[in-house]
Amino acid sequence: MLNSKIPAGNLDDKWVDYKGHCKLVNPANKRKMEVIVVGTGLAGASAAASLGELGYKVKAFCFQDSPRRAHSIAAQGGINAAKNYQNDGDSVFRLFYDTIKGGDYRAREANVHRLAEVSGNIIDQCVAQGVPFAREYGGLLSNRSFGGTQVQRTFYAAGQTGQQLLIGAYQALERQVALGNVTMYSRHEMLDVVKIDGKAKGIIARNLITGELEKHFGYAVLLCTGGYGNVFYLSTNAMGSNVTAAWKAHKQGAYFANPCFTQIHPTCIPVSGDHQSKLTLMSESLRNDGRIWVPKAKGDTRKPNEIPEEERDYYLERRYPAFGNLVPRDVASRAAKERCDAGFGVGTSKQAVYLDYAAAIERYGKIEASKQGLANATKEDIIVMGKEVVKEKYGNLFDMYAKITGENPYEVPMRIYPAVHYTMGGLWVDYELQTNVPGLYALGEANFSDHGANRLGASALMQGLADGYFVIPYTLGNNLADEIYNAPIPTTHPAFEAAEKAVADRIATLKNINGKQSVESFHKRLGKIIWNECGMSRSEAGLKKAIADVQALKKEFWSDVRIPGEINEYNPELDKANRVADFIELGELMCIDALNRNESCGGHFREEYQTPDGEALRDDENYMYVAAWEAKAEHEWELHKEELKYEVIKPSQRNYK
Amino acid sequence: MAHNNLNLKLKVWRQKNANTTGAFVKYDVNDISDEMSFLEMLDVLNEKLIVTGEEPIAFDHDCREGICGMCSLYIDGKPHGPWQANTTCQLHMRAFKDGDTITIEPWRSNAFPIVKDLTVDRGAFDRIIQAGGYVSVNTGNAVDGNSLPINKDDADASFAAAMCIGCGACVAACKNSSAMLFLSAKVSHLAQLPQGEPERKSRVLNMVAQMDKEGFGSCTNTGACEAACPKEISIANIARLNKEYLRAGLTQE
Repeated sequence: MLNSKIPAGNLDDKWVDYKGHCKLVNPANKRKMEVIVVGTGLAGASAAASLGELGYKVKAFCFQDSPRRAHSIAAQGGINAAKNYQNDGDSVFRLFYDTIKGGDYRAREANVHRLAEVSGNIIDQCVAQGVPFAREYGGLLSNRSFGGTQVQRTFYAAGQTGQQLLIGAYQALERQVALGNVTMYSRHEMLDVVKIDGKAKGIIARNLITGELEKHFGYAVLLCTGGYGNVFYLSTNAMGSNVTAAWKAHKQGAYFANPCFTQIHPTCIPVSGDHQSKLTLMSESLRNDGRIWVPKAKGDTRKPNEIPEEERDYYLERRYPAFGNLVPRDVASRAAKERCDAGFGVGTSKQAVYLDYAAAIERYGKIEASKQGLANATKEDIIVMGKEVVKEKYGNLFDMYAKITGENPYEVPMRIYPAVHYTMGGLWVDYELQTNVPGLYALGEANFSDHGANRLGASALMQGLADGYFVIPYTLGNNLADEIYNAPIPTTHPAFEAAEKAVADRIATLKNINGKQSVESFHKRLGKIIWNECGMSRSEAGLKKAIADVQALKKEFWSDVRIPGEINEYNPELDKANRVADFIELGELMCIDALNRNESCGGHFREEYQTPDGEALRDDENYMYVAAWEAKAEHEWELHKEELKYEVIKPSQRNYK
Repeated sequence: MAHNNLNLKLKVWRQKNANTTGAFVKYDVNDISDEMSFLEMLDVLNEKLIVTGEEPIAFDHDCREGICGMCSLYIDGKPHGPWQANTTCQLHMRAFKDGDTITIEPWRSNAFPIVKDLTVDRGAFDRIIQAGGYVSVNTGNAVDGNSLPINKDDADASFAAAMCIGCGACVAACKNSSAMLFLSAKVSHLAQLPQGEPERKSRVLNMVAQMDKEGFGSCTNTGACEAACPKEISIANIARLNKEYLRAGLTQE
């Protein structure tokens, strides 16, 4: 049985009590303790900076050329916090409740409550760092709404909130680098965890410029390496985002939890052809003001502006009157797929729906006219003013859409379709963010903990920063307090030597295959298998087929992949080959997990388990658990369960009607 | 959207590593859909090179949505190519005509040494930030976010400067390889917020000193940086930087 180490006591008191009683490391000892942080996105940069401030000797690693590139930077819409600045009924409890419900009752109560508790501190910290959040004319912070909630609790900086938060964390990190508390290793990739006596004690990293392998000791290893959405090949993730660090940890004994819980984001720019290398998200904040629709008639080929109001089907408003266009992501994505599968899709591919700003432009224009005292403004004037307001709110998103599609979204509705965006699954961690391997931690998207089967919008930034700024500084100390009696281990230790050799052997094996097919071609094929059978809807037959297909693909990869160039040089193809090899193995586990979970919940939709009106049908009796998988041998995993106990919230069928 | 296919000739800078000399190599790429992004066009070429046993062209890229700042490329004499306010990853092949010859070079600056082909090392930017591009506030001692109202115009102006993605196009565009637009964006971001006030003087002095140490050139106000900036960071920030620098220098204890 997995021990999640949730503190005893009332839900409200758990984190306060934990902080009051956890063990501490005194400043003189912190200076002697090296800690390794892998990944420098929101979770990694905030953790490395905060631990550096506390006095630990931190070594931080990222595969990009600078920590400021991490993909957290691409988050657009915002960050949630239970500040209740809007006086609209928000509270820690409500944020906690919305997150648990949004996650379809598959997240741990204690973790989510802690997340809601520290959410306000994150905003305060970021403001203090100089993050330029959007403000009202009175000088106070502005909020917007997001999916799955009925309050305005999302803080934002235009459509670039992730960028501004990451720059804040990056600057805090660089300050610690300047002070000598953090050593930064950019263009380095972690290729294995080194375990000694069952504990994580370091990593093997590859210098991506020289190809050299390096051994690094640490009293603890923190993986802040993001999600695995690129297993689908096409996703909104950056090209370099990968599962490798987490997967190496998994192969070293760390359990991988709920791998089939992946999030398909409803509003992305549709695929335009086979050449496509990635998909681009249009922030969920656009659903605040935009209205989603398809023609009422099947196969309607008219231009959107020629379709009159009464011949449009605003299907989200029709199906979910209470939440309308602001239903959670999984619900909105499935609804779009349902309309397109039924033949109502638009655009050349028919795999798209409209996101229309005409009504919002008119509404904002009228407000503006009234503000300026223009009682007799013409419709044209109103539209000009409305476009200005929309531009201020969403300008960068509209520009991005225009660049990619060549269409002007101020004039014609945007075409959107769901795309892979986030992964709720990840390394299993306990309340302290520690995996089942002592000394090995996972933070941010890399862990599984807070979002259950579906993440609400604007909650990823919140979780990454909560883990890094406000959770790990306490929980790490609680565990390192007992480590002060152990001397640092030199990297000449046989365990380091053996791990380094294993990594070198694997790289040599890959390179020497010298086959005919490129890494990219394998990645594309993997993506298609997983998208078709383990994407927006899944079935027993499809998953079984996918497992066989992925196993066959793995065999082919290891006998026919071609990697040009040399090992001991800058070789992006080799880096990619390492990552794709791990994605293939993960793909198999995702399908196994999806096949095991005979229910539908959140982003996991099994065709066999749905309500008569097509909503996800959970099976709380049999599946109210976290599925934590242990790697046993090739193609072989053992399932460990963590029962989810709901002591405060009573799970019910999610209802957004 | 209807789309067309293009046949193009590329002249690409190839260089094995920092210690070797490089040269232009010509490639033909055919049947390129104008719906492709520029980097997807390079992907197509690289796939072809790999299958025929040649080394693919190394170039930096990551988010491919114009925000991470990792992509670069000097395309036909312009950083990030022909489109205004755009990154290379968002440049689409609609920008080119059938039969065009496209010249692709890395960022050219002594402060950005070449790693391989089109990839350069922009570590100098990180070191400039380390010299003072932050507010010295440790985690946990912040006051309530709304305890200090900030004039909306100041917050917006600060944000406009903070949008810099650190790509280095300003340096690449400048005939002197000056990093003034990058540096001024950071100084402007923090100088316009009350949180940046306590370190306002030391920040600008230390960051400018570091910039000089890295080997970036001087600013002669030609405005090439502003024209090339994918995020339209205004050259007015450089004026603010000069003012901040002067003020700090004159009033330093």
